[in-house]
Amino acid sequence: MKSRWQIVAVGVVAGLALTACAASDRDSQGGTTDGATGGGRDTFIFAASSDPASLDPALANDGESFRVARQIFEGLVGVEPGTADPAPLLAESWEVSDDGLQYTFQLKEGVTFHDGTDFDADAVCYNFERWNGFTGVLQSESLSYYWQKVNGGFATSDVEKLNGTGKYESCEAPDASTAVVHLKSPLPELVSALSLPAFSMQSPTALQEYDADGVTGEGDAPVLPAYATGHPTGTGPYTFESWSPGEQVVLTAYDDYWGEQGQVRRIVFPIISDATARRQALQAGDVDGYDLVGPADVVALEEAGFQIVNREPFNILYLGMNQANPDLADLRVRQAIAHAINKEALVAQTLPEGTEVATNFVPPSVAGWNPDVTTYDYDPEKAKALLAEAGKSDLTIDFNYPTNVSRPYMPTPEQVFTAVSADLEAVGITVNAVPDPWNPEYLDKIQGGADHGLHLLGWTGDYNDTYNFIGVFFGGASNEWGFDDPALFSAVNDARYVADIDDQKAAYEKANAAIMDFLPGVPLAHPVPSLAFKADVHGYPASPVQDEVYNVVTLGD
Amino acid sequence: MTRLIMRRLALLVPTLLGLSVLLFLWVRALPGGPATALLGERATPEAVERINQLYGFDRPLPQQYVQWLGQLLQGNFGVSTRTGRPVLDEFLNRFPATVELSLVALVVAVGLGIPLGYLAARYQGRAVDHAAVVISLLGVTVPVFFLAFLLKWLFAVQLGWFPSSGRQDPAMIATHPTGFYVLDGLMTREWDASWDAVVHLVLPALALGSIPLAIIARITRASVIDVQHADYVRTARAKGLSAPHVRRRVILHNAMLPVSTTIGLQVGLLLSGAVLTETVFAYPGIGKFLADSVFNLDYAVLQGFILLIAVVYALVNLAVDVSYGLIDPRMRTR
Repeated sequence: MKSRWQIVAVGVVAGLALTACAASDRDSQGGTTDGATGGGRDTFIFAASSDPASLDPALANDGESFRVARQIFEGLVGVEPGTADPAPLLAESWEVSDDGLQYTFQLKEGVTFHDGTDFDADAVCYNFERWNGFTGVLQSESLSYYWQKVNGGFATSDVEKLNGTGKYESCEAPDASTAVVHLKSPLPELVSALSLPAFSMQSPTALQEYDADGVTGEGDAPVLPAYATGHPTGTGPYTFESWSPGEQVVLTAYDDYWGEQGQVRRIVFPIISDATARRQALQAGDVDGYDLVGPADVVALEEAGFQIVNREPFNILYLGMNQANPDLADLRVRQAIAHAINKEALVAQTLPEGTEVATNFVPPSVAGWNPDVTTYDYDPEKAKALLAEAGKSDLTIDFNYPTNVSRPYMPTPEQVFTAVSADLEAVGITVNAVPDPWNPEYLDKIQGGADHGLHLLGWTGDYNDTYNFIGVFFGGASNEWGFDDPALFSAVNDARYVADIDDQKAAYEKANAAIMDFLPGVPLAHPVPSLAFKADVHGYPASPVQDEVYNVVTLGD
Repeated sequence: MTRLIMRRLALLVPTLLGLSVLLFLWVRALPGGPATALLGERATPEAVERINQLYGFDRPLPQQYVQWLGQLLQGNFGVSTRTGRPVLDEFLNRFPATVELSLVALVVAVGLGIPLGYLAARYQGRAVDHAAVVISLLGVTVPVFFLAFLLKWLFAVQLGWFPSSGRQDPAMIATHPTGFYVLDGLMTREWDASWDAVVHLVLPALALGSIPLAIIARITRASVIDVQHADYVRTARAKGLSAPHVRRRVILHNAMLPVSTTIGLQVGLLLSGAVLTETVFAYPGIGKFLADSVFNLDYAVLQGFILLIAVVYALVNLAVDVSYGLIDPRMRTR
């Protein structure tokens, strides 16, 4: 027995000695570690909040998947930097026929996919046919969400409302650089929608080789195929290197990229799910930047010498008014509430700096936003008068709000609630606070039943299209709003399919005006989303629709 | 000894079966469901229904359970709804990370806890003793996540001595044949990768090891004090053995038996503590994945991971029991 503890002791000493060796090795390499560490400042490290759901963007709909996909892939259509407006990308130009049924795309030439194959019109058609031809599990809304949402269906489906109900009809390739997409009926939002990463152009060769549509595991959760977990192949400035789930995603520069390659040769997305941990990783110097900076952190980070970069808001925070509640069914009461709220003060007190006051249910950067809608300026006296006129001077109302949650359009719901309810109390309305945890209680209460009064909710848009906002809210009767007004619904829905883009814009402006006259809720603000970076990160291409590709970023002083 | 092992392994079966029922019911009693987590806040009821249908969440509970158990017996732990990968793969991919962290935490706890407890006992009632008692009280009472947060704030954010998150510097290019990063670096002779992994382990291991450290110190102290006054110690002294000899060979050795039991029990604590520590340090082990899965209501992962952790826990405890035989010869003859 004598020796056992001695052996342990020797082991511990040996272990310490080993680490000491490692230490001295590291020290001795001091100046020449570049080779092993990936080299000074051509690596851009951006903290992600979660793993991508899928590396195949056609099977994803979440921000983290798209963040990675934007670097690897490109679509036919991009966006004008810093705006939400469509711009040429892999398609240098496009023409839409007068009836809105035929889209002719002129493709950029000399573009290759990361596997060396050519990007051409056949590849374009292959992608469209792939999306429209999804079957079985691939038609699940958690996978092909955007194709369903934009196109409205698939070539065939077991689900009746998706079976052959899509707008897409066919695609042809008259020559290598011309792709023609035919629609069954007009879909004017198509061009804007094509800027979504979900509609990126992917290499047909790689899609086939790695069995991209081979999602298996029916009756259980779907198991993603090799393509979506390890072989995404696009035309973008970065190629996929590795993905260690829960740890990081690594991309490297694509040497044959058709465009400007830029300084960043390597991108690492470490996965840090906790918001505080992301901030601390930046403060500790572990990462170059991160997204979704909490408003409370903005000032502290700025004072500590970090950069705050704001995106132009592409969202809406609103106060919903449920008309299943008889008091709120009275337009005068809704108007009174709108006049009672001091939106400027609300924005200044509770929302991040740079937030805009909202007048429409869409942000100003969206085509269809109407500068001439009825606005309900802050006017407590008028609010009191309207309440008196409605005979509701002693109104008591439930006010639902979510707790312990932070949404991009609503960083601190409790504060917004406090500010709005103080305004309402000031005009004599008694507010009955109804707080609930966000998911599922709050969402269930608001969207699943009639038992709610006023509530706070919002939305972040996907692409430049009014329907993407008001269609979500007012496309039909819902529990959230508690009214049924076929005229308003059809004003919104009809505008979606107006073939001429200018006519459509006018139709949307009209719809937005009608909504604000009907006043189903009060648009409050377009809160600005913030990113934070180290001081030596330059040129981050902040985009309202998060079309941010890192080849334009420069590092160092 | 073999019989002991066989009996313990046989006992594992009903234990795991019972646990599987509890787990299954608990996971389904959580509010919301994976469909809502997958589809987000604007999910239409039809979409939720289709997801539930697709993944079988709408079937009767007993049917779901039997199906799950049947799959389990074939070694199929299901598929994560969140990542679309087999649960077993997800577990095995992350297991080395957690084992590495737990081992280092255990080394910290044992390496500091035993000397601390021993010194406290030897200088009972003196300053060293009081200090040890305070340290171990703090270790037990300060919640792991708070200590983790504090360590991180001070040593990573404020002082910048250690990295704040992860297992490896993101800018580092390193190969990982085994998944144990410290070992990997030594094997591939990428010394700086190995060192980098060690540096990343320091703060999480300190946080994770704090409770076991405190407990080990207290047990050691109590046990040493107890043994000091035993008859055989007096006999040893009376025989004229030197004081250092008595301390090392007689007192410390005999005092170690309860301590080794305690160490075995701490392994379970390390695995549960890993959930908190890994989350604070964004350390990609099974604990963090489990925590993320709770928020996403990933049924298959919750069930599979907890069951697998239970198996690991049971096997480690078995190994600890077996090791008693090595320390205490009396156990061998039974």
